[in-house]
Amino acid sequence: MLKFLTLLAREIRAYFYSPTAYIVLCFFLLLTGFAFYMDVAILSRGPTEVTIVEGFFNSVPFWIGFILIFPPITMRVFAEEFKLGTIETLMTAPVRDWQVVLAKFGGALFFYTIIWIPNFLYFVVFERIANASAANAAGAYWGSFLILMLVGMFFLSIGCLASVVTQDQIVAAVICFCVLALYFFAGLLTFFTPNVSPILRDMVSYFSTLEHMGEFSKGIVDSRRVVYYLSATAFVLTLTHQIFQFRRWKA
Amino acid sequence: MQGGPFRFIHFRFRVITRKCRIRASPMIKVENLTKRYAGFTAIKDLSFEVGKGEIVGFLGPNGAGKSTTMRILATSMPATSGRATVAGFDVFTQSLDVRRHLGFMPENVPLYKEMRVSEYLNYRASLKELTGRRLRERVGDVKELCALGEVENRIISGLSRGYRQRVGLADALLHSPDLLILDEPTAGLDPNQIRQVRELIRNLGRHHTILLSTHILPEVEMTCNRVIIINRGRIEAADTPENLVNAMRAAGGIRLEAKAAPGDDAPALLGAIAGVKEVCAEPAEEGWSHFTLRTEPGRDPREELWRFTRDRNWTVRELSLRRATLEDVFVELTHGDDL
Repeated sequence: MLKFLTLLAREIRAYFYSPTAYIVLCFFLLLTGFAFYMDVAILSRGPTEVTIVEGFFNSVPFWIGFILIFPPITMRVFAEEFKLGTIETLMTAPVRDWQVVLAKFGGALFFYTIIWIPNFLYFVVFERIANASAANAAGAYWGSFLILMLVGMFFLSIGCLASVVTQDQIVAAVICFCVLALYFFAGLLTFFTPNVSPILRDMVSYFSTLEHMGEFSKGIVDSRRVVYYLSATAFVLTLTHQIFQFRRWKA
Repeated sequence: MQGGPFRFIHFRFRVITRKCRIRASPMIKVENLTKRYAGFTAIKDLSFEVGKGEIVGFLGPNGAGKSTTMRILATSMPATSGRATVAGFDVFTQSLDVRRHLGFMPENVPLYKEMRVSEYLNYRASLKELTGRRLRERVGDVKELCALGEVENRIISGLSRGYRQRVGLADALLHSPDLLILDEPTAGLDPNQIRQVRELIRNLGRHHTILLSTHILPEVEMTCNRVIIINRGRIEAADTPENLVNAMRAAGGIRLEAKAAPGDDAPALLGAIAGVKEVCAEPAEEGWSHFTLRTEPGRDPREELWRFTRDRNWTVRELSLRRATLEDVFVELTHGDDL
């Protein structure tokens, strides 16, 4: 456990050694700031049933930023170690492969969580200034936070997988972005083609992140989604672990 | 266990276990190790042993399979077939135990360049299961041993090659491992730094078993008890540097530069001297000749030669023994086919 924490601490610190962390933070804050501003501007035109929280998490600028933050967070984790050869010193210390994989994932998750802190401040500031509630109930906050974490875990694990298959960070970032974009747009299938069969519609809604975000940001916490994201994350991380071992062994 | 009657028992017990362990398990034992990459075989059916306390030099041309062997021993990758144990533990099935007994410095010394020296060593120490006071002690010790005191707060990316090499070595030493595997520890260093590292390795040899690879052969002659020469994935020779050199007498011999007396058939006369096996003559300017004499193993006929030249009135300006070097052995065994 101590070794895992040591590894985790290094992973977290590694984000702040490089300018990547600060660039991602700034870029993401700008985009979500814009999303929030747009959200407030639209909602202030007249009465509506949509709350600020709902509107924010379902706006286009938010989603663009959201998909774009994963590649820079995870591209580094394995690719850099393979490229620099530090994987060799790391894996000849008495650590287990899964400890390394989990520490890298955990570091990414920690950084991802940090990114969200300023965003939740938007709502706090809004409630103070507008003297109005940003969501219908506290559940909407918790729901939004929960779905952000769940989706984040799944997407970060995909990023880790993309990073473990190559030793080039750029390639890792491109793979990660393409997979996430494909996944995201596949979830939009029913929006583009309304006349699909109900079975397909059900299937799509099972993995459509946009739909899940809509539900959770209203405060509807559906346990199916929780199970889906947790098991998908576990599956992708297991795959990452397997490929990690395979790559070290054939090198 | 320190004082009183227990001390004696403890002592006896330790002596017995030591004897047994030396006989039962060498520090490194490699049996029929083979590693195939896609398309080519890096090492073929390699078998050797390294005893406790030895400093063994691992030599061979580039691409001979040195790094591959070292990486397998360091549990960085598995072999295709065969078995290897370090300190009695199997490198594949008990890799974590092996890692606890081994300090490995890979080729080119990969380090996290954005960390500071102290920070890096602390991180590595806690990965190697050191904690609290013991961690601080060991980090302090290795910093002193590798003379890193003045750069401890510098970022690794700003350090010179020599310092990085020392950081790598310090890292390998942190958990005071029984065995050190150093892949080209002196590559890219200047002559002064090479000398420092050599001193360091020789000192470390008192407490650790060391397996090191290098291309600098005089260094091996100076530091190693034993040499393993490997070529194209096979062991060509494994012995002490002296034995290897002695077995290579052919490359050595006696060099004689003299002006023979008029009318003497120099090569024939020299060849008749006891102990001389073969004479090679090369005429030089103004009646001088260079003779290279190959001698029979274990014989040094310089005295006879001197008497012979005196008796026959030859003028001599050089009479010297040329010893074979490890370099001759290396070139002979690997046919100079460096990649």
